[in-house]
Amino acid sequence: MSLQGLTITLARDALRKREFTATELTKTYIDAVDKADALGAFVHKTPEIALEQSAAADLRLAAGDAPDLCGIPLGIKDLFCTKAVPSQAASRILSGFLPQYESTVTTKLFGAGAVMLGKLNMDEFAMGSSNETSCYGNAVNPWSLAGEKRTPGGSSGGSASAVAADLCLGATGTDTGGSIRQPAAFTGIVGIKPTYGRVSRFGVVAFASSLDQAGPMTKTVRDAAIFLRAMAGHDAQDSTSAPLSVPDFEAALTGDIRGKKIGIPREYRMDGMSDEIEALWQSGIAMMADAGAEIVDISLPHTKYALPAYYVIAPAEASSNLARYDGVRYGHRAKLAAGDGITEMYEKTRAEGFGAEVQRRIMIGTYVLSAGFYDAYYNRARRVRALIKRDFDLAFEAGIDAILTPATPSSAFELGSMASADPVEMYLNDVFTVTVNLAGLPGISVPVGLDAQGLPLGLQLIGRPWAEADLLNHAYVLEQAAGFVAKPTKWW
Amino acid sequence: MAIDVEIARRVAKLARIRVEEADLPNLAQELSGILTFMEQLNEVDISGVEPMTSVTPMVLPRRADRVTAGGIQDLILKNAPDAREGFFAVPKVVE
Repeated sequence: MSLQGLTITLARDALRKREFTATELTKTYIDAVDKADALGAFVHKTPEIALEQSAAADLRLAAGDAPDLCGIPLGIKDLFCTKAVPSQAASRILSGFLPQYESTVTTKLFGAGAVMLGKLNMDEFAMGSSNETSCYGNAVNPWSLAGEKRTPGGSSGGSASAVAADLCLGATGTDTGGSIRQPAAFTGIVGIKPTYGRVSRFGVVAFASSLDQAGPMTKTVRDAAIFLRAMAGHDAQDSTSAPLSVPDFEAALTGDIRGKKIGIPREYRMDGMSDEIEALWQSGIAMMADAGAEIVDISLPHTKYALPAYYVIAPAEASSNLARYDGVRYGHRAKLAAGDGITEMYEKTRAEGFGAEVQRRIMIGTYVLSAGFYDAYYNRARRVRALIKRDFDLAFEAGIDAILTPATPSSAFELGSMASADPVEMYLNDVFTVTVNLAGLPGISVPVGLDAQGLPLGLQLIGRPWAEADLLNHAYVLEQAAGFVAKPTKWW
Repeated sequence: MAIDVEIARRVAKLARIRVEEADLPNLAQELSGILTFMEQLNEVDISGVEPMTSVTPMVLPRRADRVTAGGIQDLILKNAPDAREGFFAVPKVVE
């Protein structure tokens, strides 16, 4: 059996049958990671930790005490604090930072026997849609056409690139406005953002606390179900973590959605949407109908205001969260000139440590929270957010089980092609995903096809709050019907 | 509302980010562009709608007022750019 190209599901079953060892599996992936520097996906490699963890996993497997992720090699987004391992959120301001504690998500994963191959590239502080704001340089999409390089999307670009290129069996991502789902769609993989509060945020570097949620990025829906179960659950260290039990998501994958109502929101048919995206959406609708679901036209009238509301709320929260990077307690401190006081230290440290996009968002956030503008921008955006959530509430109250939309307005674009664009143009990448964060709902991106250039395209399913099990089952049906099996041609 | 150089300078100051004088016009223009995009929110009728504070209705959980993770001064200081005698050290604050 080839150890390359495995899914979490296949590897789990084979490890339990002792067809190969966790150490053999881990060595295969350490090697794959080492040969893939051209992708820029792994930014801190941890082979020693991986080998220790895989040896421990082999003991558990031999003893017959093996949770689903025991011995499974994973990549961890740089946003997660991992004890004594660099955790920089792809920012210069956290250079040299070695967390003295472990995030709840990685604690759970390691407790289940998972193996960490290293830390993954991302946009700085998860602010970006192309992985180009990273202090490490950008990650590259394995789906790049000859003679050019495409973005893997962002912010979880390294996670998406690593999973799509088969450098690991799965990766953690985080999603504040689409940062799991957009890169998953750009790289032909599955990514789920759970309901807000399903996964603990403890030890995840904060961007916008009311929107941030971590989730898995995997090759299949079944893998996502297995991985999410291992990450999720109540955590007293995150006051927004929900005190709910975690269902067996994998057991929910029955493939039966007969009689379920799938909502198709008319406001997601945007002006200027490409024919390809429209055709992809129509084919997804047909797949759900063929599976016995009832297709229902619905209206989510405040959709168009989601992006502007998001770009008030997220920077406002970010400006507050990122105030902690002051050169005092951890990370970078600027070299000071004679006579410089503490204010100069703050200002120089933050100017040197934060990249352009992060600075821009901190300043926008500072502005909308400042005296005189708080009501006009911040409170207004929070009111609009309430209306966006109400749109979804009404749809679900009317009996809708899941909502089907495109995941992204296009396939992966070329790295550098947005360099001279207005910041707002880059923000438009989140147009289909951002509503889900504002409403706190679960959303999943499933690869459905290739565009005319041969690049992957995905569709998004949105579920009811806490109904990830049902959502994953809908995604499973879409995945089976779409039969997406294409792989990128290896060039790295 | 358009952001001029003066407002850009004030925002940078409030955000504690040093911006060179020569970069202020460009910053002002970028911030103005983003704020113009946000002006769309003025089209929405928000009368009678409360600002959302929490996406899921939940009561803030309480716990006993006890130290849960104390006695780790060395760990807290481990990443400090400058730590002395058990404290974070910073440039002179008071003249």
